[in-house]
Amino acid sequence: MERILVKGNEAVAMGALDAGCRFYFGYPITPQNEIPEYLSRHLPKMGGTFIQAESEIASINMLLGAAAAGARAMTSSSSPGISLKQEGLSYLAGSELPAVIVNMSRSSPGLGGISASQGDYWQAVKGGGHGDYHLIVLAPHSVQELYELTFRAFDFADQYRNPAMILGDAVLGQMKEPLHRVPPPRLDLPPKDWALTGCKGRSPNVIKSLYLGQGELEAHIWKLVKKYERMKNEIVLCEEVETEDADWILVAFGTAARICRSVVRLARLEGLRVGLVRPITLFPFPEKILRRVSRTTARFLVVELNAGQMVEDVRLSVEKDAEVFFYGRPSGAGSLPKPREILEKLLALHNGIETIPQGEKRNGYETRI
Amino acid sequence: MKLVFDRPASLKPTEFSFCPGCHHGLIHRLIAEAIDAHGLREKTIGVASVGCSVFLYNYFDLDVVEAPHGRAPAVATGVKRVHPDKIVFAIQGDGDLAAIGTSEIIHTANRGENITIIFVNNTTYGMTGGQMAPTTLLGQVTTTSPYGRDFRQDGYPIRMAEMLATLEGPAYVCRVAVDKPANLMKAKRAIREAFRMQKEEMGFSFVEVLSACPTDWNLSPLEACKRVEEELIPYFPLGVFKERKIADHL
Repeated sequence: MERILVKGNEAVAMGALDAGCRFYFGYPITPQNEIPEYLSRHLPKMGGTFIQAESEIASINMLLGAAAAGARAMTSSSSPGISLKQEGLSYLAGSELPAVIVNMSRSSPGLGGISASQGDYWQAVKGGGHGDYHLIVLAPHSVQELYELTFRAFDFADQYRNPAMILGDAVLGQMKEPLHRVPPPRLDLPPKDWALTGCKGRSPNVIKSLYLGQGELEAHIWKLVKKYERMKNEIVLCEEVETEDADWILVAFGTAARICRSVVRLARLEGLRVGLVRPITLFPFPEKILRRVSRTTARFLVVELNAGQMVEDVRLSVEKDAEVFFYGRPSGAGSLPKPREILEKLLALHNGIETIPQGEKRNGYETRI
Repeated sequence: MKLVFDRPASLKPTEFSFCPGCHHGLIHRLIAEAIDAHGLREKTIGVASVGCSVFLYNYFDLDVVEAPHGRAPAVATGVKRVHPDKIVFAIQGDGDLAAIGTSEIIHTANRGENITIIFVNNTTYGMTGGQMAPTTLLGQVTTTSPYGRDFRQDGYPIRMAEMLATLEGPAYVCRVAVDKPANLMKAKRAIREAFRMQKEEMGFSFVEVLSACPTDWNLSPLEACKRVEEELIPYFPLGVFKERKIADHL
């Protein structure tokens, strides 16, 4: 099987093209520029449309228009740009429109920096824009997964008529790895009979999120909620690494999970049985998998490239007597934790060296390096 | 008996719920007549914006998508790029187009997107209860300019048609009014022309319609029409500001 050496950002663009995406709207921002650059070269040759919009806001709304017209369409950006897109994301979710949004996130808040970060976890999985809604959130951790999950994001979006986000980061977008450019199997998807095509031979289709009638909006939101519940049963993706005999479970996604893979190996060399649970869908979150794992291993260390966000969802998922610790490095240049550093933290916790204040539950934030 | 007057096929058989004397209903009818005249009903996709124009899908018997506030030109761009063979239009108010959506309208016009924008300028935020708009005239009292609009505080009313006409992208830019029959007939021709431009792929077409908002102006419908003539038209002159004659402009 032929393998090609590509950047993560290019793998995203390839995944989109192979999924049949022919419409891209974006605005330049580091560290995701290879996505629009690649698509600006390839989409015109394929009969597609590439627009460099005047703003992030315009590009998410062009995406909304293209999605309403029934096309597979994508936009991409990075943290500050994704903040600007939140209004559009809320409208996409409220209008039940399928679309793919890529966040090659960078360090924040504010202008922050351009290095890798997982500080956008809450924004991605808890809504981000106004109102009661969720995005489907996929967290790749390799170039191969950036390609495959971008492809699958289009299918998931169409399956549920819901926007789907790829949550990557500067490391994943900028690194090069070998890629098998082979599309995953396609889902069997419902027809887009709701799309706007001109009302020839049928009654008009209306796509909207405004519901003013008595009880209409509540009914609409409960319909969305049912969709989110279905996602939890149907599309949860999660990888488990050596969890069967583990004394400690690391929980991490994306770039942090890559580092934690090395921690698992290092720890086992030193005689500490460590496993890793890697959520791939951040929404729907692998709650049931974590609960099952917590019945056999009751000690968790959540590792994130932020000051502690996913750890809250892990705590909500595990059995209530499980102990959940956190180790994270808020983002910024030079702030990626090394495997040895995480292992030392784990060993310290394991050997009981970490001082836990008397009478306090051992579920404290443990952020000291 | 010969049928001389009927509801346009592009309008649903329903009553407008706009305030008494509001010009939105007239403008809706003119748009529907233009769509019918060109035989475009089954090819047309409307974009509803935020403001009184959001109810577009209640009245037009067409495919419609609702856009966030100010973003209708961007949403219309997305729709049109997917369906270049369809007719795409939006109705936007002055708050939507000339304030929060200034960036979207300028760049959509500048790209020369082959869509039609009908800009309803009534010098106020009608839906939210009559606040000051970018087009509110100097001295005009609104709920957020209770002492009258003062240029030292709020700047001057924006003339959008003139501004857009400076760009290379647009094919057709004009301003009309519907305050009296003669102006109404000119408005009808202008809107029909805008849709013809789009149908013939001439590029971006823009019709600004000066519109009365008797409720928020605290005037009777007749007094409101009089205000359009005596106060709005002198500041916002009617006319065609740009008209492309040939399609091969590039």
